[in-house]
Amino acid sequence: MCMLSGRTYRSVAAVVTAMYAITPCWSDDRAKSLERLVRQDCGSCHGMTLKGGLGPDLLAARLAGIPSDTLAGIILDGVPGTPMPPWRGLLSEQDALWIADYLKTERTK
Amino acid sequence: MMPLLRLALLLFLATSLNLAALAVADTTRGTGDLGLIIERETGSVLIFSSQERRVLNRVEGLGDLSHASVVFSPDQRFGYVFGRDGGLTKVDMLEAKIEKRIVQAGNSIGGAISDDGALVAVANYEPGGIRVFDARSLDEVANIPAAPEGKGSKALGLEDVPGRKFVFSLWETGETWIADFSAGNVPVITKMQSGDRPYDALVTPDGRYYIAGLFGEDRLAAIDLWQASPVPKPILEGYRRGAKELPVYKMPHLEGWAVAGSRIVLPAVGSHELLWAEVGTFAEIGRTPVHSQPVFAVARPDGRQVWVNFAHPDNDVLQVVDSQTLQVVKEWKAGPAVLHIEFTPRGNEAWVSVRDLNKVQIYDAHTFEKKAELDAKSPSGIFMSARAHRTGF
Ligand code: HEC
Repeated sequence: MCMLSGRTYRSVAAVVTAMYAITPCWSDDRAKSLERLVRQDCGSCHGMTLKGGLGPDLLAARLAGIPSDTLAGIILDGVPGTPMPPWRGLLSEQDALWIADYLKTERTK
Repeated sequence: MMPLLRLALLLFLATSLNLAALAVADTTRGTGDLGLIIERETGSVLIFSSQERRVLNRVEGLGDLSHASVVFSPDQRFGYVFGRDGGLTKVDMLEAKIEKRIVQAGNSIGGAISDDGALVAVANYEPGGIRVFDARSLDEVANIPAAPEGKGSKALGLEDVPGRKFVFSLWETGETWIADFSAGNVPVITKMQSGDRPYDALVTPDGRYYIAGLFGEDRLAAIDLWQASPVPKPILEGYRRGAKELPVYKMPHLEGWAVAGSRIVLPAVGSHELLWAEVGTFAEIGRTPVHSQPVFAVARPDGRQVWVNFAHPDNDVLQVVDSQTLQVVKEWKAGPAVLHIEFTPRGNEAWVSVRDLNKVQIYDAHTFEKKAELDAKSPSGIFMSARAHRTGF
């Protein structure tokens, strides 16, 4: 079994059938909304195509070597003293791990 | 002349004039009511008429517009669109086509047009600094890399000020630079220290004060450009003191619309407030607690009210604040992801882009009644051509 977290699950059935390769189990809905969050809301500082803005680029080429836990930690706690805000409260730990893996494997669009 | 003959002649003249008008109907129209809406995900812009409340055309092929802005030629025919990917596109609003497009950097944040309409400047994150182009041809006029120790500093808060000058700030070095093109196309550059990590700036509508928001300081910086040797002065010092630092999910924007009469309104960073100060002394007048982290605080052109939108995750709400009482007078949910607010030139209407509804909403700016909606794909910025005749837009 897998742990469920996050707030936007529509149905448990969808979660169970949508087994994700990188995270043991995940709903397509949640994945879509996280992908959208990364593009739109992380994008306001890192660029919609993640090529950078006020914040550095978040392209796989640069992030692939960084452990997912480390990236998830940065996402949840931010980088104090910089504009990178802590997302804890808006994102669960699983969300942050999903985003970390997404960033590391994301094919640049 | 016989009355009948005169009538016949008049009729003849009238019809031939009409025919002539028809033949060029697409291009013989005014442009003072035109504007551009950025469609951020599709790299396109919509040309609209605010008078007719309608989209006239879509122009595609402008690259990555995820953070885009527009300035206008003095004749209000051309819009210069600054894209995220370093693209600078000159759009002909009458002929609804791209007049010229260049990709002048890897990553840029915005631009400005000189008071004489001859120079278009772009602020770049990558490689840093600004580049200045001939507004007609988009040929390069000047390159100001702003690269101390060989590494470019991110340029932002780029504003045009009277006398063929541009002012901009540098994120890494905390400096503000004035590039003076009054003597020709080789600029005279003046550098000064504004403070830790300027994130955006505005110039007051008279072109006198340049105000930079500072991420790393508990204050802003104001520069009186009328002084013989301008010096940044700290303003609103300690405005964050004592407040719990709240996360900022989107950096606020500063724009000349912030001036309401003799008052200026600025979004705080890291606290959910608007800060009000007297223009000139910049003494604090008061604060307005608002719904969340404000992004844009846009004064209606008469200055009586200010419309405010917010950062993620509270970006579905609009608030309107009275500039005299500093109170919120109206609040409503406009829809998911309200990204920008633009008033019609005389301030009768407010146009609001709601990205995730794929709509631009048109409100009566006095009654708040929604008058109309236009379809747009992921709309972000809305820019009306009346900006052509304002300093710092
Ligand atoms: C308000 C601006 C802002 C937003 C929004 C933002 N970031 Fe950042 N982020 C930054 C800045 C600035 C840095 C660089 C911090 C530093 O100087 O170390 C950064 C750094 C990072 C890093 C570390 C990169 C590295 O190379 O070390 C990651 C990972 C990251 N952000 C992910 C995200 C994700 C995921 C989101 C959305 C959930 C997000 N950021 C939203 C500004 C932002």
